[in-house]
Amino acid sequence: MMGYYMDLALRSLRHNKVLTALMVLAIAVGIGASMTTLTVMHLLSGNPLPGKSDSIFYAQIDANPPLSPSHHNEPPDMLDYQSAVDLWSAHKADRQTLVVESPVKIAAQDVQQPPSMGMLLSPTADFFTMFNVPFQYGGPWSADDDTHRSRVAVISADLNDKLYGGANSVGRVLRLHDADVRIVGVLKPWRPTPQFYYVVGGRFSHGQTADYYAKPQDVFTPFFTSLQINDGNFEQFNCWEAPKVAGHLVGAGCVWIGLWVELGSAAKVASYRNFLADYAAQQKAAGRIGYADNTRLRNLMDWLAFNQVVPSDVRLQTWLALSFLLICLCNTVGLLLVKFLRRGGEIGIRRALGASRKQIFMQCLFEAGAIGVLGGTCGWLLTLLGLQWVRAQPVAYADLAHMDLVMFGSTFLLAVLVSLLAGTLPALHASRIAPALQLKTL
Amino acid sequence: MEIRPIVSSLKKHRIPTLLIVLQIALACAVLCNAVFMISGRVKQMRLSNAMDEQGLVSVSLQGTDPKLIGSDTQRNLAALRSIAGVQAVSVVHTLPLTNNNWGWSFGITPDSSVTDQKNTNVTLYFVGQDFQSAMGLQLREGRYFNDSEYVDNAINNAALPNTHVVIITDALSKQLWPGQSALGKTLYSKPNYYTVVGVVADVLRPRLWTSNESKSYYNAFFPVGADDVMRNYVLRSTPADRDRVLQQAVEKLQATSPQAVVKGATFQSIRDKYYADTNSMVWILVLVCAVMLAVTAFGIVGLTSFWVGQRRRQIGIRRAVGATRADILNYFRTENFLLSSAGVVLGMVMAYGVNLYLMKQYELDRMPWYYLPFGALALWLIGQVAVSGPAMRAAAVPPVVATQPT
Repeated sequence: MMGYYMDLALRSLRHNKVLTALMVLAIAVGIGASMTTLTVMHLLSGNPLPGKSDSIFYAQIDANPPLSPSHHNEPPDMLDYQSAVDLWSAHKADRQTLVVESPVKIAAQDVQQPPSMGMLLSPTADFFTMFNVPFQYGGPWSADDDTHRSRVAVISADLNDKLYGGANSVGRVLRLHDADVRIVGVLKPWRPTPQFYYVVGGRFSHGQTADYYAKPQDVFTPFFTSLQINDGNFEQFNCWEAPKVAGHLVGAGCVWIGLWVELGSAAKVASYRNFLADYAAQQKAAGRIGYADNTRLRNLMDWLAFNQVVPSDVRLQTWLALSFLLICLCNTVGLLLVKFLRRGGEIGIRRALGASRKQIFMQCLFEAGAIGVLGGTCGWLLTLLGLQWVRAQPVAYADLAHMDLVMFGSTFLLAVLVSLLAGTLPALHASRIAPALQLKTL
Repeated sequence: MEIRPIVSSLKKHRIPTLLIVLQIALACAVLCNAVFMISGRVKQMRLSNAMDEQGLVSVSLQGTDPKLIGSDTQRNLAALRSIAGVQAVSVVHTLPLTNNNWGWSFGITPDSSVTDQKNTNVTLYFVGQDFQSAMGLQLREGRYFNDSEYVDNAINNAALPNTHVVIITDALSKQLWPGQSALGKTLYSKPNYYTVVGVVADVLRPRLWTSNESKSYYNAFFPVGADDVMRNYVLRSTPADRDRVLQQAVEKLQATSPQAVVKGATFQSIRDKYYADTNSMVWILVLVCAVMLAVTAFGIVGLTSFWVGQRRRQIGIRRAVGATRADILNYFRTENFLLSSAGVVLGMVMAYGVNLYLMKQYELDRMPWYYLPFGALALWLIGQVAVSGPAMRAAAVPPVVATQPT
């Protein structure tokens, strides 16, 4: 029976090739556009630390002094030096790391290459374990290295490839700014999406957040070491008074450091909240900060949501593509409907010869389904093409665009769903055709 | 043209009619909003910039010893001047559209401090001698800096330079002192103050304000001699010499400072890079609109073709009882006009709703009202063009069909 239905469907489709091509194409471009944007959306809005994100928190207090004009209802996105270091050195969380980023000149003594500018991330030792950072060679530095301001560094796989051709470079010496550091670890290729540990200022970005998806920094050195070797190159997030020396922010009236903590249980989260509140209250009593009740402890995903990490262009494109798919769907349903109804006479004869409504319905659904499968397959190819095109775009997330298993399945699901949606209504209508009326007009 | 028979015929095909109306409505809503977004972005890309962009190249030099910057800068400028075809050379700390923004806020009263809420946020351009010829600026009022105003002026790791003169853009002058000449007036940010000696035509900021066009021009130029921030060499030549000049300039600077990080770019490429994602979004929107309208048009062609085929006999009968070809043609045209009208009325309401949503969610501006009739007109036209093929075929049906069995 199935074979017969299929044969009928193909016969009918071949009968009007232009129309068939039109319907297939409409479904294909609709699916291609939607799945391209949905794939990008899926990649950009995913969880960068699955299974662990619930226990990672971003700690904020409002470090503004009393009557500061830069005080708002939301605390600043980052901390000043004193608050950051006080909170970090209290070691009240399971793990904790400071983060600050700065541009740095990188040169390798023993390599014949001109120096280059790169980005330096200055975390503390827990950073690597907290965020599951994968190592190719060596490993992270120790907590002692943090306190002793050791001249050590971890470098990215990209930098290791560029400078040392991918060889094990642990133990070699790198020149950062004007200081020599010893490489203790080389990362495996690592592309957290987004670069979640350094997402700040989303609410001021007007939706232009593509740069949150940039590659991780080239070099990592201990926080306190970096303050020495790259002094003068740090950038403030915001200031309530101008720093006396540009780029030197220790002790300045500026916020510029992030603090991440790992808290393994709800009780620990609650007690850390209290710790933050107590610290802020104590600092307010001391007269250093002006707004004690303005603290936050958001978990990773909440912090990303608060910063609206998915660029507004991407969200707009997704809406655009979905409305486009709806238009294509309307188009196909309309065309299929008139096509089936036009064959009223033929369907009437079939009904008169004994075909049941259900059989007519199935026959029509097979035809619609064939269009759906063809359209879906073409749509899947168009999605691959679309992603290829996204990869060629000048945006920070371009290299991430690829189809994963989830989206591969979703595309097929969408294709089936669309074809069923497109087919059901016309098939239902066709199966309701009254045979007698049709036969009379023949 | 009598509308009643058309309406009653459409009533018999309720679902296809509804679908085509819905399709036209959706297309209209998307089209209005997409065109509005395209125009906003194109406007941003077309913002005027009163400098000579064509012949301009920039070479940045990072990672040299800050203590030697004074002698290094003089040596580098001399080396760059010796390149054949170079008309002007200068050194600045940033250029328009580079995203390298040094912002500050100034007031116009002596008690203004940087944190005053009523201050104006301004981009600081620290510029070296002859910047006006290198960048190709246009003086509107007053004068450029004297050579003596550059000497010994530096920033020395502070936030502001220690000079007391400034040149501002036209837009900033109009913002701060509307209706007056800015010459001789003073910008304040305690304890610094700067007297305006010149006004130049509007140059873009390193980073544009998407929400307010004139804010994209609030710039102040400060004369700076030797300072660690002055690391962008700008060279002007004829557009024909530009690429060669750039290549030679990079080679020269790399040769004199082998340990430095030297990067060169034409201003054209800086501009292209700044607008790259805006540009690609425009093309996405254009592409989606084009394909969407094509799908809608083919949908109309397909649907009408079917209806024509279905009604061959009726058309024949109408022709046999005296209807002219023009009558048949008009019938299908009017039918399409009615469908389109219903679609665009619904579509305009939807377009307005979508715009309200976008305003709330994506900080878009309100769409001017004329986008709605424009979108409506576009879909009416597309409908009429799409229907003309099948309608002609309908008009060509001979009256004799009436006598033939189907």
